Parts: sequence; structure tokens; C-alpha cells
Amino acid sequence: MSEKKKDVLLSIGASLLCIVIGLFVGLIILFCINSENAIDGFIRIVKGGFYLAPKGIGSEISQAAPLIMTGLSVAFAFKTGLFNIGAAGQYTVGVFGALFFGIILHMPWYVCLLAAMVFGAIWGAVPGFFKAYFNVNEVITSIMFNWIGLYLVNELMYNTIKGMYDQKTTRTYKLSAVSPQSVIPDLGMNSIFKTSSTTIAIFIAIAIAIIMYIILNMTTFGYELKACGFNKDAAKYAGINEKRNIVLSMTISGALAGIGAGLYYLSGAAEWNPQVATALPAIGFNGIPVALLALSNPIGVVFAAIFVAHISVGGSYLPTKYYQPEIADFIVAVIIYLCAFVMLFKGIVMNLLRKKTKKSEHAGKEVK
Amino acid sequence: MENDYIIEMLNITKEFPGIKANDNITLQLKRGEIHALLGENGAGKSTLMSILFGLYQPTSGVIKKDGKEVQINTPNDANDLNIGMVHQHFKLVECFSVLDNIILGVEPTKGIFLEKKGARQKVMELSDKYGLMVDPDALVSDITVGMQQRTEILKMLYRDNEVLIFDEPTAVLTPQEIEELMKIMKNLAKEGKSILFITHKLNEIMEVADRCTILRKGKYVGTVDVKNTTKEELSKMMVGRNVNFSVDKKPATPGETVLKVEHMVVPSKAHANNAVKDISFNVRKGEIVCIAGIDGNGQSEFVQGLTGLEKMSSGKITFNGKDITNATIREKSKLGMSHIPEDRHKHGLVLDYSLEQNMVLQRYYEPQFQNAGFIKTKEVRKYAEKLIEQYDVRSGQGPITIARSMSGGNQQKAIIAREIDKNPELLVAVQPTRGLDVGAIEYIHSQLVAQRDSGKAVLLVSLELDEVMDVSDRILVMYEGELVGQLDPKKITVEELGLYMAGAKRDEVPAEV
Repeated sequence: MSEKKKDVLLSIGASLLCIVIGLFVGLIILFCINSENAIDGFIRIVKGGFYLAPKGIGSEISQAAPLIMTGLSVAFAFKTGLFNIGAAGQYTVGVFGALFFGIILHMPWYVCLLAAMVFGAIWGAVPGFFKAYFNVNEVITSIMFNWIGLYLVNELMYNTIKGMYDQKTTRTYKLSAVSPQSVIPDLGMNSIFKTSSTTIAIFIAIAIAIIMYIILNMTTFGYELKACGFNKDAAKYAGINEKRNIVLSMTISGALAGIGAGLYYLSGAAEWNPQVATALPAIGFNGIPVALLALSNPIGVVFAAIFVAHISVGGSYLPTKYYQPEIADFIVAVIIYLCAFVMLFKGIVMNLLRKKTKKSEHAGKEVK
Repeated sequence: MENDYIIEMLNITKEFPGIKANDNITLQLKRGEIHALLGENGAGKSTLMSILFGLYQPTSGVIKKDGKEVQINTPNDANDLNIGMVHQHFKLVECFSVLDNIILGVEPTKGIFLEKKGARQKVMELSDKYGLMVDPDALVSDITVGMQQRTEILKMLYRDNEVLIFDEPTAVLTPQEIEELMKIMKNLAKEGKSILFITHKLNEIMEVADRCTILRKGKYVGTVDVKNTTKEELSKMMVGRNVNFSVDKKPATPGETVLKVEHMVVPSKAHANNAVKDISFNVRKGEIVCIAGIDGNGQSEFVQGLTGLEKMSSGKITFNGKDITNATIREKSKLGMSHIPEDRHKHGLVLDYSLEQNMVLQRYYEPQFQNAGFIKTKEVRKYAEKLIEQYDVRSGQGPITIARSMSGGNQQKAIIAREIDKNPELLVAVQPTRGLDVGAIEYIHSQLVAQRDSGKAVLLVSLELDEVMDVSDRILVMYEGELVGQLDPKKITVEELGLYMAGAKRDEVPAEV
């Protein structure tokens, strides 16, 4: 087996191990709270969307799509040596782009999606610009831009722009009601899954993941970006414009998060509540654990995002009689938290394998 | 007889994926001797020492201490057996004082409080006894490399280590510091410490070592008494053939000017003064011009200003008649300027990239290697394989080896292959042989001369006096950011050159010859 193949298998093994441990910890917590219903609750979490098929599967799919995008956003930045903690803000600004072009301008869905992408890209580009030309840490600027983005978007939707906020529902107008052409087509998936927001968004997200994989691994652009990420000085020595690449990388990263917002809101999965939305959207932040769990591999991000969506949906099926709804979030958080240790697990798996091969070598010698 | 040896490593074999780093090696260290371990880059010296220090486990073989077999699984085990090591790259906490670094890990305490008084006394006694001058209260980040090394030595002595391993200790030192270190090592041996000294510098072995074990390509070649051998014999054992210490070359036949530098000024990053102060000179086709000087006299800043890694504040650079003062690095590279950088890890390589990816670091954008933005993987592989074979770059897995896992000498060979194969008009080589063994140095020197003989210009920046004298056709001495002498290596002596380098002598340097 080649080293590369071995490394891929090792990475997958480590991710799986951390999922198993996370689930186990979740089970213990369920037991601590209510031992009688723990097994049942655990089964619901593990089954995820399949517990309430086909509806659950549908909502799992519609949740996975934006998660893939925010996961890609963070993973792409990681690959180029940047930590984009601002995916949540870029996502929020992307929401505004999508809804403004939909509710106010009544544009078709692909234009709205492009708008979400452009808005997210701008919100990513600014921290990138500050990083490249003024050496301001991108973590700090993108965190600040998260909050600037959130309150700006709330203000714009609630006050400044008339016609986006519906007084009756205290949310933005329902897209399917005011601008049906802005909703991403579902190709009959909604009737299959008996849902209202299962669209082709998931296929768009997967296609973009594949494109990102190709860009990173097969193009000169990806070669340059990764060179900058691994060793900025060597990239400069090679004549690569590392400043431009930092800005580009953050711009693309922001664009990916923006598309994520578009995929979620243009599918009609939710409406924005500018009055209550004082917390940043979780999908934005969950991109970080998704990227970590996938070890920043774009293809891995697809699977990691589907897994996180699976567990989240499963968690929402916990019997609320015995478990507060927050418990589901809590367990999901534990698993996601463990994702951060995936590199550690990789090391452990590697050591285990080494010991095993050593043993088999010894055994081989004895036979001789 | 058995008791004579404090450490015995018997029939040690260590395999890594794709490479046998140590193949049945035996090393026996006598009590109170200085034992040199000699070998080319990648011969397996560091691996063998890492095994002794518990960083690696041998695939097979036995280690004995005082005649008893021992298992060394971690550096802590090594420490318990009183084995200490000074690594090539020091393991010190920069923002701690010298004393804090020495006691780190074995801090003396009184209750829950540190009790440094006794430790300070012990450190001072040790440093007096062995002539290791250090200031225990200075911060490590403020002291010289030589002093950092003495701190590392004190760390070992403080732990009462008996076996001291030095991993290429002189690579980072100035000539004066090397002399100092040699004295210290002799002192340590006299006091009964046993020293293992990893090196590939023959002069140092001849000066301090009692015995020398030679490795070649992971195999044991032999152990010799240093007083009964010669430099030539040692180098033959190390490389496997006779090594030519002087560089064979015909007289230079310089042609027209390739590079012209006028009134270049480069600011310093470390202080408010300029690092390069108004220097002017030219380099012609078919000659090797060497910029000599003691480290830190502005050579690094000059090269960075020339190649474009840093901005110069004023001056003009002309390349083949074209003004390239404000050209980007990429433009200069396209015009035919190659650069073998001073720091191969910082600038020369992307260590996490594979060897083949590094081989095209300066050329990946050329049509030969990409089509519409897509990298032609097969072409890159073919090209890398060609360079690997042509320049004899050795690695575990060929083109797909991660550069980080290669030995320093082969990393340097890879850079040199990449830069020379660009067929540049001007090759800027900065300390191209630093940290390399005689075989590799001979090879690199012959490559520089071959470039010159094919009518190209070579600008060599070197700190090694032998290299300056042997390789160059014309020497420019740099002192405190200025050129203080233009010398002909055939006409001057090393002593005279030293006077220029130390700033004791200076002439007017013509801007053009």
C-alpha cells in the first residue's frame, strides 16, 4: 500500500474513532440524566433522520447542504494557512444577499445564489485584505466582522429596507409566497420526502466540494495557495504573490460560506428573524468542526457535514418528556467538540498500527 | 576489557519505510574518550544517536551501558542512564533565563516554591570547573548562539550526565566559538566525561577526537584511532573514494557584464541603520564573484535586496542591460536569475510538499508543467525523476518523498538541481555548502565552476574561507554593509583576507571591472 493511501485510510479511521467516542460520551450523559430512556434516546440520535423517514431524511439533506458549504469555507482557508472563524458572519451577510435579491428584487434563484456568494465573498475579502497588507490577524478581524455583519443585516432587514420584514410572523417574508421563482427547485424531492425544503441544494454543495478538491489538488492556483499556507517565505521566494493569495483565499472562503447561506434560505428552510437573531447562526460556526473532522479535505467535508446534520436531526427527536431539547444540542456539541481531537486520535491510531505491525513482525520471526 | 566501554551499541539496525537508515552498526564508546561519528549527510549518524537517546527504537540490535544490556524507550530513560544530548537545533525556552533553562525539568523546590539558590551555586561551580562562561540571569533570547550551546552543555552537566552526545555542534558557530568549544570538549573528557561527537568536518575530528567511527549509506565502515590516520584516509572511508580537496578549474575568461549594482542601500530589520550601505559592483559572464565576510555584515540583506525578497531603499540594479530595480521576484526569475537561498528551510523548500512539487517551485507556471491552470502531474513527475537521477538526490520514496523527511544534504542538492537546471544567466548562491559533507561540497563546487565555464555568471556569498579562496575568481569583501576590498584569490593569502574581513584593512572598490 502506498504511503498516501495509508494516510487517507488513517485519517478516515481517526475520524470514525472520534465519532464513536463522541457517541459513547453522549450515551453516558443520557444515562446520567435519565437511565430508563437512555437506550431509546441513543437509538434516536444514532438513527438520525432515519428515525422519522422519509421526512427526517429530507430535513437531514436540507441541513447538510449549507453545512457542507461552511465546512468547505473553513477547510479551504485552513489549507492555505488561514483560520476563517468568520464563516458565520459571511454566512449572515450571504443570507441578506439571497433574501434581498429574492424578496425585494424577485430574481430567479440562481441570481439570488450568486448574490449570496458575492456578499459572502466581500465579507471574507476584508479580513483577508487586512491580513495581507496590514498584518492584522484574520481571526480577530473576522470575529469582529461576524458581529458587524449580524447587526448590519438585522438593521437593514428590520428598518432600513422596507418590505423584507413581515410584522405578522416577525420574520422575513416567506420566499415561496412572495417570490416563488427565487426558491431553489426541488425536482420532486419534497414530495418524496414529504418535506418543504429538500431541494437540489445538496447536489450543488457536493459539486462545489468536488470543484474545490480539483482546484486545491490539480491546479497551479491550488499549488500556489497551499505553498503559501505551508510556507509563506518559500512561496514569496518562488515569486508567488502571497499577499494577493491571502486576499483571494479569504474571498473564496467567504464566497463558499455565502453560498451556504443561499442554499439554506433559498430552499425555504427558514426565514430570518432580525429582531431575535442576536446570536450568530450555528451553521456558520459548525463549519469549523466539520472542517476539522474532515481534516480539511473537501471530499471529507461532504461526509462530515452529512454526519453532523444526521446527529443534529437525530437529537431533535429525543423525547422532550425526559430530556430537555437542549440536551440534544449538548450531545451534538460533545461529538463536535471531540472532532477537534481528531488529529490526536490520528496519532493514537498510528501508534496502535505501529505496535501491531511490530508484533506481527516478531511473530513472523518466530515462525522462521 | 568489557568495563572499558561505557556505552556499546551492538549490531544496530533501524528501518524506515523505504530506507534502511542503520544497517548492522556497532559503536563502542570508551570511558573518558572523545569519539567522533563521521559520515556523509544521510549516512545514518543522527538516526543512530537518536536511538541511543531514546527517540527511536532500533529494529534490531542491543545497547549496553557499563556492560549491562539496557532498554532506552524515551529520552527520560536515556537521562536516567546519564546520557545527555546537545541537539543541532537547541531545545531552550527563549523567554527563560539561562539558569531557568538549566534547571527546567529537575527544578529544586522547597515546599511548593522554587529553591534556586543551591542550583545557582551548582551551575556556577560547574561553569567554573569546565570553563563554560555563561551569565545565569541573561535571557536565552538575548545571548549568542555559542552561549546557548554552553547552556545546553551545562544542562547535561547539571544532570550529572556521563555520556554527552553532540549533534553537529559546530555547524552554527563562528570560527572563534568553534575553537572555544573544542577546548571545552577536551576539558570535559579530561574530567572523565565520555563524548560522542557527530560531525562531517574532518579538521575538527583531527583536532579533538581520540577515535572515530565512520558510517557510509547506513552501513558501518570502521573505527580508527585518530592519531594513526590522516584527513585523506578518513574522507576516503566516509565517501568511498578519493576526495579532491582543492577545486580543479581553468582560469576564468570573463565576458560582458551580466549584473550591475549601483549605490544599493538596504535597510536593516534589526536596527535603525542601513544593513547595506551604498555598494556598487558588477558581475560578468564566465566568472565567479564571491562576496566574503564575517556573518552579519549585511550579506543576507544584500542578497534579499538583490533578489527582491526585501525592498531596497535606493540604488539601481541592471541585469543584461535591463533595469530590474523594481522588478518582482517572478520577473527576475524569468529573466534568468536563479537563487540558492541561505536558509533552505525558510525559503528554499516547502517542507510539506513532496520532492517533485519542490522541484518545480520556480517553474510550475511554465507551459511545460501546466495547461490552462491544470498541473501536468506526469510531466512534473518525469522532470523530477530526471533531476533526481542527474543530481543524485537521495530520498526514501523518490519524487513523492515529503521534503521534510529528507536529509539536509539531499534537500540542498534538490534546491541546487532546481536552480541550476533553470539554466540561469546569473546564479546567486548563498552559502550553498553550509552543513554539507566533503563529498557534497566537492560536487556543488564543481557545479558552480561548470556554470561559469558554460559562460554564465555566478555570484557566491560565503562565510567559509576555504570556499572563498578555492572557488572564486574575484573576491569582494563586505564589512559592516560596505565593500571594503576587491581581491584576487590567486594573489592574496588567507591571513590578508582575514584582515579585510575584520575591518582592519580597506581599499577603494571600483564599481566596474
